[in-house]
Amino acid sequence: MQQIIDRRLAGKNKSIGNRERFLRRHKDQIREAVKRAIDGRGIRDVERGEDIHIPKKDLSEPVFGHGQGGVREVVHPGNKEYVKGDRIERPKGGGAGGGSGKGQASDQGEGEDDFVFALSKEEFMQVFFEDLALPHLIRTQLAEVPEWKSHRAGYSSDGTPNNLHVVRSMRGAIGRRIALGAGARRELHEMEEQLAEMQRVLRPGDAQAEAAIKALADEIGALRVRIARIPYLDPIDLRYRNRVRVPVPTSKAVMFCLMDVSGSMDEGRKELSKRFFILLYLFLTRHYEKIDLVFIRHHTQAQEVDEENFFHARETGGTVVSSALVLMEEIIRARYNPAEWNIYGAQASDGDNWHHDSGRCRELLNDKLLPLVRYFAYVQVAEEEQNLWDEYAHLLEANKHFAMRKATSASQIYPVFRDLFKKEGAKAA
Amino acid sequence: MKPATLALDHPLPLAARPSEHLPAPSDWSFELIETYHRTIRATADRFGLDTYPNQLEIITAEQMMDAYSSSGMPVNYRHWSYGKEFIATEKNYKRGHMGLAYEIVINSNPCISYLMEENTLAMQALVIAHAAYGHNSFFKGNYLFRMWTDASSIVDYLVYAKHYVADCEERHGVDAVEETLDSCHALMNHGVDRYRHPAKLSLAQEKARREDREAYAQQQINELWRTLPKKAERAGEAAAAKRFPTEPQENLLYFIEKNAPLLEPWQREIVRIVRKVAQYFYPQRQTQVMNEGWATFWHHKLLNTMYDDGFLTDGVMIEWLTSHTNVIYQPPVGHRAYSGINPYALGFAMYTDIKRVCEEPTDEDKAWFPEIAGKPWLPVLDHAMRNFKDESFIGQYLSPKLMRELRLFAICDDEKQSDYQVSAIHDHAGYKRVREALSHQYDLGSREPNIQVWNVNLRGDRSLTLRHFQHNDRPLHDSGQEVMKHVARLWGFGVHLESTNAKGEVTKRWTVPAPA
Repeated sequence: MQQIIDRRLAGKNKSIGNRERFLRRHKDQIREAVKRAIDGRGIRDVERGEDIHIPKKDLSEPVFGHGQGGVREVVHPGNKEYVKGDRIERPKGGGAGGGSGKGQASDQGEGEDDFVFALSKEEFMQVFFEDLALPHLIRTQLAEVPEWKSHRAGYSSDGTPNNLHVVRSMRGAIGRRIALGAGARRELHEMEEQLAEMQRVLRPGDAQAEAAIKALADEIGALRVRIARIPYLDPIDLRYRNRVRVPVPTSKAVMFCLMDVSGSMDEGRKELSKRFFILLYLFLTRHYEKIDLVFIRHHTQAQEVDEENFFHARETGGTVVSSALVLMEEIIRARYNPAEWNIYGAQASDGDNWHHDSGRCRELLNDKLLPLVRYFAYVQVAEEEQNLWDEYAHLLEANKHFAMRKATSASQIYPVFRDLFKKEGAKAA
Repeated sequence: MKPATLALDHPLPLAARPSEHLPAPSDWSFELIETYHRTIRATADRFGLDTYPNQLEIITAEQMMDAYSSSGMPVNYRHWSYGKEFIATEKNYKRGHMGLAYEIVINSNPCISYLMEENTLAMQALVIAHAAYGHNSFFKGNYLFRMWTDASSIVDYLVYAKHYVADCEERHGVDAVEETLDSCHALMNHGVDRYRHPAKLSLAQEKARREDREAYAQQQINELWRTLPKKAERAGEAAAAKRFPTEPQENLLYFIEKNAPLLEPWQREIVRIVRKVAQYFYPQRQTQVMNEGWATFWHHKLLNTMYDDGFLTDGVMIEWLTSHTNVIYQPPVGHRAYSGINPYALGFAMYTDIKRVCEEPTDEDKAWFPEIAGKPWLPVLDHAMRNFKDESFIGQYLSPKLMRELRLFAICDDEKQSDYQVSAIHDHAGYKRVREALSHQYDLGSREPNIQVWNVNLRGDRSLTLRHFQHNDRPLHDSGQEVMKHVARLWGFGVHLESTNAKGEVTKRWTVPAPA
């Protein structure tokens, strides 16, 4: 009798390769769907899966088949009332399946319904970030990594006194003393017993015996001195905690979100800016373990606020953009050493600025901020040419890690994002 | 072809009645499945069912979906369409739109039956009887399977195909392989030999031959497409305007594999793989009613016999009967659930009916089936299983009584008429017509358009001409245009398709230019 084979543990997910090929084939549709999803979603739930709809006709595998027309005869079960020669009205609306024996005509509409399937969260984000890498995201090379991490790595026999491990050293010393003195101590015990025996049997006046005792006592004394001479702590006993330095790639990033909250920025524009920040944030989470967020909002004055206030509080008044840039630089100097932190800046504004201020903004960016940051992106959420835009445009030439775009609707945010963070290679090409 | 063993005239008697029922908890265990399997096998032996050795395998629902989506085979080459199938299956299953099949059985030697772990013990017994004895004996006995498929080598061949395709993907890129496979799949139904008999080869032979074949085939093709005529031929140039191929060929994939001028050797091998797989499934497509009906008839017979013999408890009986009843349900036309004739229902009803004609023939049966009425049913059924396909099986055995029971009627759809017309119903005047129409409905030749390789322009633009022979003036579906692009991709030059009606007049022409 053959054994029953239990296959349950073997070969799960055999179809994964086929699924990959399927996704690969419909990459364009899936990308499009992901783009739409990002556009339509709330900020906080960008990171989840999505149902993808693919028109059935795009999935069809064509084969030669019969079309409408001609003559055909089909047998059906369950006749209730018909007799030979009865005429039945042809079903209306194409009747694609009209009695073909394969489903009712209505079910077989001309491929109107889509093929729907769920893209998992991972697949979704993968598509989202595909061929997307930060420009200048050359993580500080290992050689010039400013950050080292020191790991304990056992014990070593040399080191600096502050790393001395006392317990280990003493344990070594005891061991050494026991080992070195063992023979001598055994000899000592034997001689002491011998001496005691001799003294017990000694008869007064036995000069020869007394001389022997004295000689033995001298020998014991010499042995004692020898044992005492074994050092209590020897340099070879010393043990130090060993530490090795391991280079740690910089995994910290700070992202500055700068936003104009002056009267001209309405909710729609803020919403747009919010998208932009969130997308950058999500992207950074792929690349850095720890990300700090700094929110700076400004009208005529800049202030650092929390996320809630950043996005939702309403302010009015004029606009002095440079105030935000000054504050950003101050915060960097105070809290985020550029040697340790990867600094990213993202600025959103409607481009409206006090006209004397725009030149100063350019200088500030060019001289102070751009040398410190890895990347700085500016999005103008309004179409008009504003003086800030013109001034910033001068920076584009010289600074590869500066980028700017205009966006006026939610659907433009995604392409903006793609454009800003295109793969470096693709940009060069 | 002689059957491997002679069918029994009558069932053998039961060796010994059991003292008590087989244990019947609802959860299965390996021991219990073994116990049931042993009993089922003993019962099947009494009826003389001849099967390949059985290999039962327990799998999970996920694995069942895996198997499902790669056309039921345990291994298969990778292709996006299987991924699509899997996604669709998984979605429907998760949303509860469909249950999974309880079993999948593979026509291989040994015959592999998958039992799903979710099944209860009663269901496992049903599956074993259905798949491991019903389908298995059909695979081994039916002439189409005996002639066209080689059960002993299919799994090995698919393993080879999978590796070969993966290897090609690595060497020539996933896209190139995908394109080739897409095009082959489009022609899959036209990649079978309907009448010729393929040589059965073992895997080793298959491999050894491959390399020879690649080299030789390329040489042949070069010969065919030689642009400089040989000197000796020059004299007979006029006569050289002969047709190629000399006879129309119906196996498009075979023709392409052997003659397409621009295919790389690896592409030819892929065409061959698809062709082989299509050939393997060809008998299954032609014996759906017979095969499912046979398996259903036998699980019904075996389990009932076991019950009568005192092996099965009432609980087990009721459980599998519920499932059985669902499987053979035939909704009437017009019903919401109606989607054509249920092959399980028709097949089961027909075998049961044949058995009835043997055992209790009426006068009508005696008139219609003089050769089987009153004969021992076992050999009659065996004969019916071995020597027919759906088309001929229905043509031969569908009885008036069954037509009345199923209330079958035929509707004629003629595009020249404004209405459908009921052409025959289940009455004395209509039996023959209904039976003929139903039989015809299962004829693959009429279900799929008849398309043949007609001509190749050898001396000119090298274009390939296919010809569609209309059946009852039924035109080709518009998707034909898409398929033509696939043909052109494989052929490498322009492709024409002519659709001809019964009089041989070309009524429609499609042309696809050479792929860029």
